[in-house]
Amino acid sequence: MQVDTLELSEKFNLYGCIQCGKCAGGCPVSMKTALDVRFLIYEALVGVLPDPAHMEELWDCTCCFTCVERCPKDVKPAELIIGLRSLLVESGTIPKTVTDALQGIFRQGNPLGFAREQRADWANGLDIKAAQEGCELLYFVGCTPAYDLRLQPVAKSLAKTFQKAGLDFGTLGIEETCCGNEVRRVGEQGLFEMLVEDGKPLIESTGAKRMVTTSPHCMNTFKKEYGLSGIEVIHYTQLVAQLLEEKKIQFSNKVERKVTYHDPCFLGKQNHIFDEPRAILQAIPGVKFVEMDRIRERSVCCEGGGGRMWVEGTNIQERLAFQRVQEAVETGAEVLAVACPFCLLTLEDAVKVKGLEDKLRVMDIMELVNLAL
Amino acid sequence: MGDLPTSSPDPLARASKPAAVVIGAGIAGIQAALDIADAGFPVYLVEREPSVGGRMSQLDKTFPTLDCSACILTPKMVTAGQHPNINLMTYSEVARVEGEAGAFRVTVRKKPRYVDEDKCRGCGDCAAACRMTGRIPDTFNQGLGKRAAVYVPFPQAVPLIYTVDPEACLYLTRGVCGKTFKCKDACAAGAINFDQKEQLVELDVATIVVATGFDLMEPRQKPEFGYGVYPQVLTGLEFERLSSASGPTMGEISISGKKPKDVVFIHCVGSRDPHTGVPYCSRVCCMYTAKHAHLVRDKLPEANITSFYMDVRAFGKGYEEFYDRVKHERILYRRGEPSEVYRRGDRLVVRAEDTLLRKSIEVEADMIVLATAVVPRTDVAQTAELLGLERSPDGFFKEAHPKLRPIESNRPGIFLAGCCQGPKDIPDTVAQAKAAASSAMVTLSQVSRSRAA
Repeated sequence: MQVDTLELSEKFNLYGCIQCGKCAGGCPVSMKTALDVRFLIYEALVGVLPDPAHMEELWDCTCCFTCVERCPKDVKPAELIIGLRSLLVESGTIPKTVTDALQGIFRQGNPLGFAREQRADWANGLDIKAAQEGCELLYFVGCTPAYDLRLQPVAKSLAKTFQKAGLDFGTLGIEETCCGNEVRRVGEQGLFEMLVEDGKPLIESTGAKRMVTTSPHCMNTFKKEYGLSGIEVIHYTQLVAQLLEEKKIQFSNKVERKVTYHDPCFLGKQNHIFDEPRAILQAIPGVKFVEMDRIRERSVCCEGGGGRMWVEGTNIQERLAFQRVQEAVETGAEVLAVACPFCLLTLEDAVKVKGLEDKLRVMDIMELVNLAL
Repeated sequence: MGDLPTSSPDPLARASKPAAVVIGAGIAGIQAALDIADAGFPVYLVEREPSVGGRMSQLDKTFPTLDCSACILTPKMVTAGQHPNINLMTYSEVARVEGEAGAFRVTVRKKPRYVDEDKCRGCGDCAAACRMTGRIPDTFNQGLGKRAAVYVPFPQAVPLIYTVDPEACLYLTRGVCGKTFKCKDACAAGAINFDQKEQLVELDVATIVVATGFDLMEPRQKPEFGYGVYPQVLTGLEFERLSSASGPTMGEISISGKKPKDVVFIHCVGSRDPHTGVPYCSRVCCMYTAKHAHLVRDKLPEANITSFYMDVRAFGKGYEEFYDRVKHERILYRRGEPSEVYRRGDRLVVRAEDTLLRKSIEVEADMIVLATAVVPRTDVAQTAELLGLERSPDGFFKEAHPKLRPIESNRPGIFLAGCCQGPKDIPDTVAQAKAAASSAMVTLSQVSRSRAA
C-alpha cells in the first residue's frame, strides 16, 4: 500500500512533534505490543513509514487518548493511528471482526448483530415516551445497553431513576442508531459521516435541551464530533449527581459494600469528569468508598475502546483489564464500580478469567444506585 | 533628556529628591539597590517578605561552580542592610504609584510585624515560647519543616527581626492565646507589640526598578506525576531545601527518615507546553537538575540516579562542562519525557519511553524530583496594573524592545531586573540588575543636574 507521508505529516500536524516520547511513554499498550506511536510519527515525518497493511499493531490502540492528553505540542498522536486505520479501511485490509461490526451498524444500526426492531425491547413495560414527540431530556441508550443482557439493567435503572425524579424524558426507540464513536476510531470515516448526517437532525428534531448517555463513548462523540446545536450533551453520572444534589432523588436503602471506582478513559481522561461518579458512590448509604492507586488522570485503560471490543489486538495474554481487577482486589473492595458499558464487560471478563468471582463484583454505578433507591 | 517626558510642567522640577525605589529584594533587587546606592543616590528597597534574600536564599548550591548560595548571597544581604544610602523596607508592599519618570510618588504599605523593630534583638525566645512552635508549615522550607507563629524565615535573615504571622498567630486569628501571651512574656526586650497598625509611607522618587521575581508552576497541573499524592515526589525547590544544610533535614537527603536508593529526575515539567500556559523553556531547569543529581551523588554515593530529559540545554558559561562532569558521576541520562508515575508496593514507578532504545520502560524510584516550570508571580496581573506595566504573551513583564531596550519597561522611568521579565539564571539576573541600576542612574543624574541648575 502506498502512503503519502508528506500529506500525513501535514494533516496530522506531525511537524510540531519534538519526539519527547510522552505519548508512547504513557500508552497503555506500548509496554506489551509493538505499537510505538512516537516512532510512527518520526517514520511518517522522514518518509520511511512501513506499509500499514503489515502493521498489525495499529489495531492495538484503544483510543484512550492518553497520548493526546499529554502531548505538549498538540500533535494528537492517536489521530495519526486513526488516520492510518482509515487507509486500511479504504483498501479493505481490516480484521474480519471489525468488518462484521461495521456492517451491522450499516444495516441494523448496531455492531452487535441484532435487529433494529429489537432495539427498544429492553424498555418493555417501562412506559417511556418517544422523544420524537418532544421532551426536555433525550436519553440516548447506546447499542450495548440496549441489546446486551448484562447491560440492559443499567438502562432500566437509569430510566426508572429519571421517572422517580419526575423528568420529562424520552428515547429515540428503534430509530436510535449507533453513535459512531468507535466507527470513527477504527477509521471508517465514511460510515461515521453518514451516521452524523442521519443522527444529527433526528436528535435536534426532538427539541430536547439536554441529551444524556449511558456510555461515555456516545457522549464523547456527540459532544465533540457531531456539531449539535441547541442541545447539551452530558453523561448520566453528571445528571444523577445533579439529581442527588438537588434532592430530586433520595436513597432509602443501605448498600453495605466496600466499593472502588474505575475511571473510564472516555469519561475521565478525555472529558475530565472525575468527581460526579465518586459523588454518587459516596452518597449511597452504607457504601465504604476506597480508591485504587491509578485514578483520575492516571487511570488505566481497560482496553475496550477504539474498536477493541471487536478486535483482540496482538497481545491477548495480559489484558490491561486483568491488571486492573487485581488492583481493585488489593484495595479490599468487594465491588469495582464503573460508568461505562465497555469497561463493565472487559473488567467483568477479567474477573472471570482470573477466577476472582468470589472476591470482586464488577457493577455499573447505576446498579448500585438501583439497590439504594 | 533621554526617556523623560518633555511636556510641561517640567516633571524634573517637581522631583523632591533624586531617589530610587527598588521593588523586590531578591538577588536582582539587592544588586540593583547596591549599585544605585554605591553611586551615591538614596534607595528604598521594598520587600514584602520579612527578610531580603528572595529565591536565591532558598537555594543550596549554585550551578555550575557549586558555590553555596547562602555563602555568596548573605554578604550582599548584609551590605544592603547596612548601606547608608539604602533604606530597607521589609514586610512592606507598594500600594500605589503616581506621577511619571523623574517624579514618582510611591505609597508603601508597611505591614505590622507586631514586633518593635527597634527593640527586637533577634534572639528567638519568642518563637521558642510560642504555643504554635513546630506547628506552622515553614514557607521558607517549602512547607517541609514547621516553625512557630512568630518567626524569622531563616537564621541569616536581614533584618534579623522577628515577625508575627497574622495567619498563624492564635491571638491574631482567634483573639485569644491562653491566659497570657507566651511570646510577650518570653521577650526580655519588650519588643512584642500587638497594637502595631499598618502604616502608609509616601516616597518621592525619580525612578523605579522592578525586581519582583518568579513563582514555580503548581506541579498538580501535571497530575500524571502524582505530586501531592506521593510524598516521594518533590519539586526542585523542595529538593533545594532538603539538600541545604540549613534546611529541615540539615542537608540529609531523605524522605520520612529514609534515604532513597533510586532517584529519578524529570526535566521540563510544564515547560515547553502551551497547555500549562508555559510555551517557553524555563532556562534554568537543565542546569539545576544536573546540580541536584550531583548533590545526590555527593551525599548518597550508592544511589542509582536517572535523569529523564528531552533536550539538554546547557548554554551558559561553564554549563556544558558542568553537564559533562555530572554525567561522569554515574548519572544516567535517559532520553524521553516520562508520562506517568504510579505506585508498586512501597515504591514508585516512573513510566516513560526511552526514545533512544525505542522501548517503553518502567524505572522504580523512591524519590522523584520534578523540574517545574518558572512562571510569573501569581499576583503578576495586580502588580502590572499597580505599576502600569505591560506583559508579554508569556505573562512576564514586557521590555520596551526585545533586543535594543531589554531593561526598560513600557513606562518611562521604570526598569526591569531579574525573573520578573522572564526566566533567568543567577549570572543573567545579576547582569540585568546592574543594567537596570545603570538605567535608573541615568534618570537620577538627570534629575540631580536639573535640580542643581
